[in-house]
Amino acid sequence: MASTTPDPTFHLVEEDDHHGGGGSPTILGFWIYLMSDALIFAALFATFGVLSTSYAGGPTPREIFELPLVALNTAILLISSITYGFAMLAMERGRVRITQLWLLVTGLLGASFVGVELYEFGALIAEGATPQRSGFLSGFFTLVGTHGLHVTVGIVWITVMIVQVGMRGLILENKRRLLCLSMFWHFLDVVWIGVFTFVYLLGMLR
Amino acid sequence: MSPSDANPDRALHAHGDSHGHGSKQSYLVGFALSAVLTAIPFWLVMADVLKNPTLTAVAVIALAVAQILVHTICFLHVNTQSEGGWTLVAYVFTGVILLITIAGSLWIMYHLNSNMMPGSMTGRTSYTP
Repeated sequence: MASTTPDPTFHLVEEDDHHGGGGSPTILGFWIYLMSDALIFAALFATFGVLSTSYAGGPTPREIFELPLVALNTAILLISSITYGFAMLAMERGRVRITQLWLLVTGLLGASFVGVELYEFGALIAEGATPQRSGFLSGFFTLVGTHGLHVTVGIVWITVMIVQVGMRGLILENKRRLLCLSMFWHFLDVVWIGVFTFVYLLGMLR
Repeated sequence: MSPSDANPDRALHAHGDSHGHGSKQSYLVGFALSAVLTAIPFWLVMADVLKNPTLTAVAVIALAVAQILVHTICFLHVNTQSEGGWTLVAYVFTGVILLITIAGSLWIMYHLNSNMMPGSMTGRTSYTP
């Protein structure tokens, strides 16, 4: 019975369609995860949007936001996006040290982004603009804090990948992981576009 | 485990293939466009160029949408070919859900708020919080 087909295949063979992940379904699966993460941010953006004028007699965006600081953070995150791109290009050329170097630069930029954000949060809380003060501030800290938490996780992942690439080199598994991390990191920059536009810039116009 | 893991030739083949990673040019073009599309909205708001909050808001939102598209194409490399088109399908679907969630919440809550305003009620005496 089974001997008629010596090497049975019970799945659809379409390896040529999956160059990016080396034939792995991980890339598409990770993309689906990112899209579900986008829905979490959609809910947080909607919450912030609904509460964005609920000041409860507390501070308004115009009084507490410092746009130069936000511009600095935006620049840091955008530059970290292209340095990660350089890491991916070095990975394609098979350059282990250069890949690690660009990953390190990206990680340090990510760390400075989180540092500036924590400084901003600290200054706001010192002024009395705490998450408990008003609906607007609750929404603000939840949305921006969730994004900052994602960036922090991204930094941990970058650190892990620097070590893994150092130990095992640019093997197929590591390339796949770096590609997933690339999507994660660029996705966070896309979310930040929404944050600086809808939270900060439109907040200053209100 | 994917079947390609055991085959070094396939790994070599994937190595020279830029599909899914993007080229240096696409990253540089994406970065340049993003830098411009970030600088303009900050300039519009910080220098109050248009002198009209509504017009500024519309311009800032339009520039944000443009920059999100630039990031999607140049950095995330979403196109009709990647993963057999499924990344694009998932992306568009998520975009629709995202718009419904955000626009729907704002719309409903705006009307709820305006209808619940004590001033807009005729029988104000019945409103005792």
